Amino acid sequence: MVNRIVVGAHYGLRDWLVQRATAVIMLVYAVAVGAFVLFAAKAGYADWQQLFSCTWVKVLTTVTVLALLWHAWVGIRDIWMDYVQPLGLRVTLHVLTIVWLVGSLVYSVKVVWGV
Amino acid sequence: MQKTRPKHLDLRVIKFPLPAIVSGLHRISGALLALSIPFVLYALEGSLSSAERFEAFRACLGNPLVKLFLLVVLWGFLHHACAGTRFLFLDMHKGVDLKTARLTSWIVMIVSLSLTAAIGAYAW
Repeated sequence: MVNRIVVGAHYGLRDWLVQRATAVIMLVYAVAVGAFVLFAAKAGYADWQQLFSCTWVKVLTTVTVLALLWHAWVGIRDIWMDYVQPLGLRVTLHVLTIVWLVGSLVYSVKVVWGV
Repeated sequence: MQKTRPKHLDLRVIKFPLPAIVSGLHRISGALLALSIPFVLYALEGSLSSAERFEAFRACLGNPLVKLFLLVVLWGFLHHACAGTRFLFLDMHKGVDLKTARLTSWIVMIVSLSLTAAIGAYAW
């Protein structure tokens, strides 16, 4: 008989690896946008909007948002698993976290692709 | 094995070494950043929607409370990014000996705090 306690998580390497891979994606994106802001100090609304009107910028932004949300899911879930022991409360917090992050995803699609 | 292991979790008695503080701040800043995702998206939406809103957001930066909030989020991001980069190297078994680990912890603290101060001073 398998005696595994259900804690609302997967086991193994996948989440650990996802957290690191998504971190690298976000670092690359952050450095790129940081460089734009730094070298375009005089840039105003027109340049900012032009940057985000390019399809490839929208695609990379959406990919980075997906990386961010997946990364945040692994991290926040770790926090709940470390500090919240009662199972019912923990699963509730997991669900609320997912709602928060999926809501952010839908909103980000509107923000990035609505321009 | 001893059943009840000794615990020294009295926060007034124990003293955290710097790598532990960097690790703790990494977690706290991560939670802060996750909470701020929709608000950052809101700011991005506002800055992209129209020239008037873009200027309105720029004007909004003058508010001291907004400034403070943005500086905290900026520090959270910079600390999380710097400490995270350090953790990526630790994962690759680079800099795991005590001396180097302490040194890189100092570097993370100094770089993230001074970048926050520099960007804050530059932006305002």
